[in-house]
Amino acid sequence: MVFKRYVEIGRVALINYGKEYGKLVVIVDVIDQNRALVDAPDMVRSQMNFKRLTLTDIKIDIKRIPKKKALVAALEAADVKTKWENSSWGRKLIVQKRRASLNDFDRFKLMLAKIKKAGVVRQELAKLKRQSAA
Amino acid sequence: MAAKQKKVSRNPDLIRGVGKYSRSKMYHKRGLWAIKAKHGGAFPTHPKKAPEEVKPAVEKPAKFYPADDVKKPLANKRKPKPTKLRASITPGTVLIILAGRFKGKRVVFLKQLTSGLLLVTGPFKINGVPLRRVNQSYVIATSTKVDISGVSLDKFDDKYFAKQVEKKKKKGEGEFFEAEKEVKNVLPQDKKDDQKALDAQLIKAIEGVPDLKSYLGARFSLKSGDKPHELVF
Repeated sequence: MVFKRYVEIGRVALINYGKEYGKLVVIVDVIDQNRALVDAPDMVRSQMNFKRLTLTDIKIDIKRIPKKKALVAALEAADVKTKWENSSWGRKLIVQKRRASLNDFDRFKLMLAKIKKAGVVRQELAKLKRQSAA
Repeated sequence: MAAKQKKVSRNPDLIRGVGKYSRSKMYHKRGLWAIKAKHGGAFPTHPKKAPEEVKPAVEKPAKFYPADDVKKPLANKRKPKPTKLRASITPGTVLIILAGRFKGKRVVFLKQLTSGLLLVTGPFKINGVPLRRVNQSYVIATSTKVDISGVSLDKFDDKYFAKQVEKKKKKGEGEFFEAEKEVKNVLPQDKKDDQKALDAQLIKAIEGVPDLKSYLGARFSLKSGDKPHELVF
């Protein structure tokens, strides 16, 4: 099996455990076999165990441990935010967050919409069945 | 000159019980030397009042001496605090009732009564819940609000919901054998009118929001996969 996503300087990763769960960070240096130095525009540069990170496909072009300004500029240049939000993984996370934040009233409206959609689909299916049977 | 309501001490506390300034410093700070000087070297005094003639209180002999010494219970001066209303519950909030015959019903909150109970209405036409009192603990507050500004709730208080006291009828012997009169619990017409008047205004506000009417008409239930501690209400 070939590995496609490598730990390298500039690799964008998702934090999958701990207080910062769900945040996108950039690996700016490797400390040792288990830990990396990670940084993001809205957090203090800190160390993190690789086990807490999930690598993504996105990689940006930075030098080892850039200054915050340089990091932010590189993130803007590579347009990481839109790339992430358009990726299927990123879209799934956005949908999950939206679903979790639904109000009781929102959930009711969602149920009505699902029933309506199912009704329309069933009508179309019935129509097609009648056509193929005839 | 506006009178200061609270007298601020001129001697700030270093720690509790220890002031910053000594007695002699405070004497100077309060200007007692100036008061003395103004009155020629002595503090102004009021003339001592002659002690009034204290008439010896005439004790009347007690009317009743109890046989045994009965201990008097201690006086209870406890005043119960008014029930604190959860911050998520404001007038117009949609609440989910969790217990009782209306469990699961989504209901509009009107106001908190003096007893601490919440005054709540269906509205009756939408889901069959009348003007009713409900305890805060048996209720989930959702974040959905209904506009309740045009409604007057002054006539509804705890006395409105008190049980009707029936006059006791003295039963004669003959009446024991007769079939008991059916105790009819008919709601008086004026309560029905109150409900209709209140609901008319609420329903207008509710119909302004799409789907809100059917939402209030439906009961809440936990479906498969629902995690109550993760649900956002």
